[in-house]
Amino acid sequence: MSIRRVALALAAPVCAFAFSIGLSSLVLMAFGTNPMDAWTEMLSYGTRLETFVETGNRATPLYLAGIAVAIGFRMNLFNIGVEGQYVLAALLAASAGAAVDLPPILHVILIMVVAMTVGSAFAGIAGYLKVSRGVHEVISTIMLNAVALAAVGFLLRSWLLDKNDTTLNMMTPEIPPSGQFPHLNSLVETFTREITRGRQLWGFMLVALAVGVLFYAFLNRTRAGFDLRATGLNPFAAEASGVDPAATVVRTMLLSGAVAGLIGLPEVLGQAHRYDLGFTRGLGFTGIAVALVGRNHPGGIAVAALLFGWLDSSAPILDVVGDAPREIVSILQGVVVLAAVVAYEVVNRIRRVAEARDAATAMQHPTETTDRSVS
Amino acid sequence: MKPITATEAATAAAVELFEITKRFPGVVANDRVNLRVAEGEIHAVVGENGAGKSTLMKILYGMQTADEGRMLVGGTEVRFSSPSEAIDAGIGMVHQHFMLADHLTVLENVVLGAEPTRRGMIDHRSAHRHLEELGKSYGLDLEPTDLVESLEVGERQRVEIIKVLYRGAKVLILDEPTSVLVPQEVENLFHNLRELKAKGHTIIFIDHKLEEVLAIADTITVLRQGRTVTTVSSSEVTAAELAELMVGSELPKPSTEPRESNQQKTLSLRSVTVSGDDGRPAVSSVDLDIHRGEILGVAGVEGNGQSELVEAILGLRPLAEGDLLLDGESISHWPVRRRREAGLGYVPEDRQRRGLLLDAPVWENVMLGHQTRRPYARGPWLDRSKARDAASQIITDFDVRTPGVDTTVRALSGGNQQKLVIGREMSARPQMLIAAHPTRGIDVGAQAAVWDNLRKARREGMAVLLLSADLEELIGLADRLVVMLRGRLAAELDPSTTTPRLLGSHMTGASVDGESDIK
Repeated sequence: MSIRRVALALAAPVCAFAFSIGLSSLVLMAFGTNPMDAWTEMLSYGTRLETFVETGNRATPLYLAGIAVAIGFRMNLFNIGVEGQYVLAALLAASAGAAVDLPPILHVILIMVVAMTVGSAFAGIAGYLKVSRGVHEVISTIMLNAVALAAVGFLLRSWLLDKNDTTLNMMTPEIPPSGQFPHLNSLVETFTREITRGRQLWGFMLVALAVGVLFYAFLNRTRAGFDLRATGLNPFAAEASGVDPAATVVRTMLLSGAVAGLIGLPEVLGQAHRYDLGFTRGLGFTGIAVALVGRNHPGGIAVAALLFGWLDSSAPILDVVGDAPREIVSILQGVVVLAAVVAYEVVNRIRRVAEARDAATAMQHPTETTDRSVS
Repeated sequence: MKPITATEAATAAAVELFEITKRFPGVVANDRVNLRVAEGEIHAVVGENGAGKSTLMKILYGMQTADEGRMLVGGTEVRFSSPSEAIDAGIGMVHQHFMLADHLTVLENVVLGAEPTRRGMIDHRSAHRHLEELGKSYGLDLEPTDLVESLEVGERQRVEIIKVLYRGAKVLILDEPTSVLVPQEVENLFHNLRELKAKGHTIIFIDHKLEEVLAIADTITVLRQGRTVTTVSSSEVTAAELAELMVGSELPKPSTEPRESNQQKTLSLRSVTVSGDDGRPAVSSVDLDIHRGEILGVAGVEGNGQSELVEAILGLRPLAEGDLLLDGESISHWPVRRRREAGLGYVPEDRQRRGLLLDAPVWENVMLGHQTRRPYARGPWLDRSKARDAASQIITDFDVRTPGVDTTVRALSGGNQQKLVIGREMSARPQMLIAAHPTRGIDVGAQAAVWDNLRKARREGMAVLLLSADLEELIGLADRLVVMLRGRLAAELDPSTTTPRLLGSHMTGASVDGESDIK
């Protein structure tokens, strides 16, 4: 039973990935490239230590984005606004971090609190609109994304620019060293060789891991998490069981926004130490794909984030050797999402049929546990 | 009242169904159902919700296929795999919930999907002409150019009927057509139906409002628990007799137990008024006391305010007026969770919608509604191992047949899902148990187990509010009976002196002695 479960759970993503590789190979062949060359090239470049470091750095914000989206998905709320929430949060948190001077750990905590509060508050607007005015969260969060990005441009230019900057690259002042997050290179290097090319593994990865563990514990071990999942599975039954639907919507949006607020911090705290025009955008949308592929499960999201991160960090080699356009990786990622969604549904159906058969057997032959002991 | 047999029926049959059987996982919706509809008659199919009327009609209209059985339309054997095949065979269906495009005109809605074309373009002129002819000949007044969104409900229904006629239907199926209409519109509809009958159409009319059925139908077929009970001529049957046929008396009878009087009020309703979904009062000034160790039965035809009353007690629907007291304390302003924690148990009418998380395992479903209490929770944390133990205990005590506590509830049969819900609610030892249609849609064996458990609840001192459409069940189990009619308490009866027939006449508002004076 449990072996079958595990096998089924693994079958879906593996089939989806194999299918995506196959389809992308066809695309490459259509453009006159030998897919084997491209994949081999990516594999050999992608298994170097430096690429793994890069993979970790890319996977960390993707993981946080995936979790932020999954929190909403778990109760059928579509927080499309993760994008706006994290960009706005990163800007304000970076500015706050540069404006104060605190002892090392406190400084980082302050920046994180600011980021989570901003993300949370911004997502909360959509939650409030939904429960008080019936505005669907997809509509409001999409619109709020536009608002957030416009606000970021305005705030940066008008108030938050670094006065001492002479480079014309619009940026906020630098966060002092006490507010920077240490990297993990020395930790990794005790197991491996030295990491070269100036690559640093962002320490914020540990925070992301902690968020994943907390998310898992919250969902599966707490009453509030059960209320949230119950609402996602059947809002009517949840309401009858005593869950307040409006409060749960607002709470879930606040929580999702708080995690969204952290997405930009690996980059801000680990590398840039400020918000500037080079700040990575679009992670909120990729996070939706990551959550889908990861089935909204903290472990699955980790695998999906690492997969996406690895594909992103090993793709650039394709441009260098000229075997294939690096965009093939975007196609691959898109196909993975679609194939995974289909594969999960197929596996789900197989599982349902199998369970119904087991239950039917149990009805005919009551087992030990189902023996009748009360008249 | 005597059943009509095939040999007696002289006229040719428009539709004949033989031994139709349709199974869904865990439920037999139609169990060897026979139906013979004579040409040119208005034939009503009646039965309680869950009796299998809608499934039968969906099979006849090709929306579902029967597992077994034969269908004859106009004497030829047919097998429909889609509604369009049924339409080709001259069968049309007017659904309970209209399927119209609001922003299109009457004409556009009628021709939608069957547009007359001339050189690839829609031929508006001939469609217009055809529609007006139809309207005139059947007395169905409609302005073809009106937008559907501007129409009243009764007019929309006429659009649906014309739509069906436009496609050449000779046999019309109307699924609870009066449920959406006000009395004046019902009159108009009946007028139209008689007009259609006069023009030679055959009408199959699904309903559970007995007065209406008697007023319009020539022949009535009664379904109960997926089986055909009988087919009778409407001139030879009374509303009370029909009610009895619908709920049946051949079921295993719930036996009664000696009653001890207890005057300690557990729940009191003080002139409770509740608004329905349409904003009108669904429950009007109801006063009611439910005592410790008593089963109070609530009888009533579906839609007379029972569901709203239950929702109001539970806190899912606000009170418009009045007060609710639990053990003497007002709970009117308490949220659902606080009421449940204070000891309200709930076996919902629609257990899959209100009572279960179908895609969650058995043990998580056992927590649902009790997730804030021991053994399921300790402070803000869930206690998973204790919850699983509690779930195994419930599975054993209430004979829930499942492979284990990790099985998804969706895989269980309807009866086992219901036993799980009842077990969950009872093992939480509530002060007050609300059981809405606890035996609906489950097999006879599970039914007996549910009755045992309700009696056990009463012995243990719970106050039980029992809503049911099964009159035998109400009379057999309840210590006191009240009847709801149009949102009010119409009568209070002593079950020991009540018959299903008497109860049925109170429920339909017919005269008390059971003699029908309804036209």
